[in-house]
Order: sequence, then C-alpha cells, then structure tokens
Amino acid sequence: MKKRIQHYTPVNYAKNNTLKIITFIFLVILYLPIINLIMFSFNDSKRNIVWRGFTSKYYEKLFENEMLFLAFSNSMTIAITSTIISTFLGITTAIALWKFNFYLKKYYDVALLFPIIIPEICMGISMLVFFNYINWPNFQLWPFTLSSIIIAHVSFIFPFVAIIIRARLSMLNNEILEAGQDLGASKYQVIRKIIIPFMSPALVASALLAFTLSLDDFVVTFFTSGPNSVTLPVKIYSMVRFGISPEINAISTLLILIIIICTYFAIRFLSKSNREFMK
Amino acid sequence: MSYGQKVDIIDIDYNWSLINYARATDGVYFVTLFKSVIISLITTFLCLLIAIPVAFYISFSSVRIKSILLVSILLPLWTNLLIRTYSLIALLRTKGHINNALENLWESANYLLSFFRLANHNFIGESFTPLSLMHNNFSVIFGLIYIYVPFMIIPIYLVLEKIDRNILEASYDLGANHKITFFKIIMPNISVGITSGIILVFIPCLGSFIIPELLGGADSQMIGNIIERQFKSANDWPFGSALSFILIYITIIILGVRYVYSKLYSRLYQRGVS
Repeated sequence: MKKRIQHYTPVNYAKNNTLKIITFIFLVILYLPIINLIMFSFNDSKRNIVWRGFTSKYYEKLFENEMLFLAFSNSMTIAITSTIISTFLGITTAIALWKFNFYLKKYYDVALLFPIIIPEICMGISMLVFFNYINWPNFQLWPFTLSSIIIAHVSFIFPFVAIIIRARLSMLNNEILEAGQDLGASKYQVIRKIIIPFMSPALVASALLAFTLSLDDFVVTFFTSGPNSVTLPVKIYSMVRFGISPEINAISTLLILIIIICTYFAIRFLSKSNREFMK
Repeated sequence: MSYGQKVDIIDIDYNWSLINYARATDGVYFVTLFKSVIISLITTFLCLLIAIPVAFYISFSSVRIKSILLVSILLPLWTNLLIRTYSLIALLRTKGHINNALENLWESANYLLSFFRLANHNFIGESFTPLSLMHNNFSVIFGLIYIYVPFMIIPIYLVLEKIDRNILEASYDLGANHKITFFKIIMPNISVGITSGIILVFIPCLGSFIIPELLGGADSQMIGNIIERQFKSANDWPFGSALSFILIYITIIILGVRYVYSKLYSRLYQRGVS
C-alpha cells in the first residue's frame, strides 16, 4: 500500500498544491477560534480584547465560585450515571440485535437510529413534553433532581453505544461461540468468557463516548433541566447570554480538556479493536 | 424504551385539532420556516464545496498524515457546540479579533501610503470602518458551516477511501483529464457519501437554535428559536410541538427521498452492469 503511493502518478492528489492550501486554510479556521479561546483564558484583562499578560486568576476564581462547582458536580453525576445505564442498555440491545431474529427487527433497527437522526431540539422538547405528560415528580432531594435529565440522556445516548458495540460484535465468528458451547460452557460462561472480552475495546470506547456526549450535551439538558438541576453547559449558556468574560473562557478550557482526554482514550481503544481485527 | 418523540402533540392538546398546524403554515412562521430551509441549503452547499477538497486531500495523503488530519477534524466534533459558538463570538464581534486585525492592516496600509505621499487621495477610505460580522445572516451561516463541516467531510472521506485507485489511473491512461475523471468517475462513486453528508448537515442545521440565538440578530431567527421560545417564554406548548413535528416530518421526508433514490440508483447500476 505504502509503496504504491510513493511513486508518482497523476492520481496522487496529495501532491496537489491547491488541495494542500485549501486543507491548510480549513484547519487554521477550524482551530483559530478554539486556540484563541484557550489563550485568552489566561489574559489579564476584563474586556478580553488585547493581550495584557499572563494570569491564572480566572481559574482561581472558578474554584471559588460555588454555583459553578455545583453545576460541575451535577454534570459529572449525570454523565457517570447515564454512562453506566446507557452502556448496559447498549450492550443488551446490541447482543439482542446481533444474536436473535425477531418480528419487526428491521424496523427496530431504524427506530434505534431515530433519536440520532432527528434534530436535537425535537428530542429535547419531546422529552420535556413527555415528562410533563406523565407527571414526573419534581424531586427536591439532590440526586433525584437530576433523574429526568439522566433518563433523557440515556434515551439518546444508548443508540450510539448499541451501534458501536454491534459493529464490533459483527466481527465475531459464530463458530467461536459454538466451539465454546461444544467444550461444555454454559450460556452465561459463553457471555462472560467469550463475548465480553471480545467486545471490551468497543465497550470502553463507547462508554467514554457516552460520557463525553452526556457531559457535552446542551440542547436536551436545556429543555429538561429545572431551576435546581443546572448543569455546566446550561450554566455556561446563561453566562454567555450576559456577554463575554474571561471566566467563561477558563471554564470552557477546562471542559475542552476533559473532553479531549476522553476522546483520546476512546479513539485509542477503537483503533486498537480495529487493529486486532486486521490481524 | 422511552422513545419520547412518540408522544404526540394531540395528547397535550386533548382535542385532536389541527389549528396549530394551520397556524404554523401562515404568516411569520411560514416565512421563518422557509428562511431556515434556505439558510440550511446554503450552508449545506458551502459545506459540500469545502468538504470535497479537504476529503480528497486527506484520503490521498500518507498514512501518518492521514491519521493526524482525521483526529484533528474529529476533535472539534466532540468539543461542546456551545463553546465553539462562543469562541466564534470573540472573533466576529465588532471589537473582535478579526476587526482588530483588519484595523491594524488598514493603519499600516495608510502608513505605507503616506510614505509615498498618497494618503490624502483616500484610496482605502477616509478611516477604518469595522465590518459588521455579528448579528446578521452572514454570521449565522458562517457559524453553521464552522460547526457542521466535519459531518460532511467524514462520510465523503469514507467513500473516497473505497475507490480503487487503479480505476483512476485507468481513466488517465485512457486520456481523460482531471475534470473529466472527477465528474465521470469520482462523482458517481462518492455520491453515496455526498448524500449522507448532506443529510447529516442539513437536518441538524434546520433544527439548530444555539447558533442563530448567539450569533444571529433580529432578522436571522430560525425555526429552532421559535420552537424554543414557545417552550421557554411564550409558553405555548402545543404550537411549539406542532412546529417541531413539522421538523420531524421534513426529516422523515428527506430520509424517504434518500431511500428511494438509493433504491433507484442501485437498480440502474445493476441494469448497467448486466
């Protein structure tokens, strides 16, 4: 593969300068605002227009801000809980779709894709209407105030998990399972010793993905959150509407950092699972 | 399985009336709906124009560069939409960085001109007037493109990867130039990727409300803003749900068209082969 690329052909568009320049400009425009945002979170100026020297005082301010800390802990609780629930649901859905044939399976497949495809705002308001319609109780106790957001998150995250795990499971040979059963393994042993280890890279990757999706989500949370269940993106939104301040830059930088770390590990695990398959 | 969207608008209204749908198709709301469709179409088209060269470059570059480029395109996808929109504000606003840079450019140009004793001819204007980049349709479309371009690049890249390079070489061998090869060989092959990219960009564009809310002005409201307002401040839930159901219908129609198109396409292709 590599050798064929190296000798010159007219097909080798990587040598085309126009394409190179377009890609370069595209990447610069893509990253300029984000780098600008991160840079100016260290800027020692309230109005944030001109560079006035390095400072980390806005980060210190963040850690003193109790409202932000509450929003952050809410976000983390929601993200962790909905990751656990949606990973579990995703695994079971993926195994069911992979292993069994049942009535209307084809349509179930499409229905699974539906929450991913429809505009986010429709998902958000349908959740709002749904909770209102079934009279979901308005809890006052802390972890329960987040229950509606967690349910909303799980319902749009678990299809992602199911799709990733299913893609991995489709690589698994049926013969291996039959061999396992031939050698005297029970149904649960087959699941525990063959299926779970086989899909573990995809499992970790999709769990990390679910975590970032939940932590990142604004639209669905915006519609389902109440006054005592503010999450970090919702808090950022209300801050942004009052104008630009270096504090928003600082908190955004922290959020970007968390998400980059999660994505990095997710991509690593996914590529590892693909590489194993290539062998 | 709580598929929330299965909850019907009529269930809240309790009287099976179509009044809200009728309201949605007249006057201001229809104009807004039409306008958001137009904005989304422009965005999708421009995204396509940007995405094809970038996807080309990525799929033809060497393995190492390819993975770096792919990760660098995927990373902004996972960072928060809100944060990315906010980061655009800092660049685009009247006293933002782009206008600052332009002002500096103008001043240095003026200085240069005065060096040649040309400054009082007003070649570049009396004084610097900042461009209004925020709170108009331009900023909304720019923001939408900025957010959704990766969704277009990735499907096109994935189908480009599958094209056999030998076919392209054969085309050049047979005397076709770049243009002919692109339109006769590459385009039919990547049309699947292009359609899925169009769907991935167009549908979220239509439903977006953060970007027009934060970047747009009074005259660049999209349907998402109206839906949001029905639920948050105007408190007219049945009407808001009717509007959002119109969005879902549009989505389903687009997916249906795509399905029929792919069916027809594969049938034509089979006929061509046999």
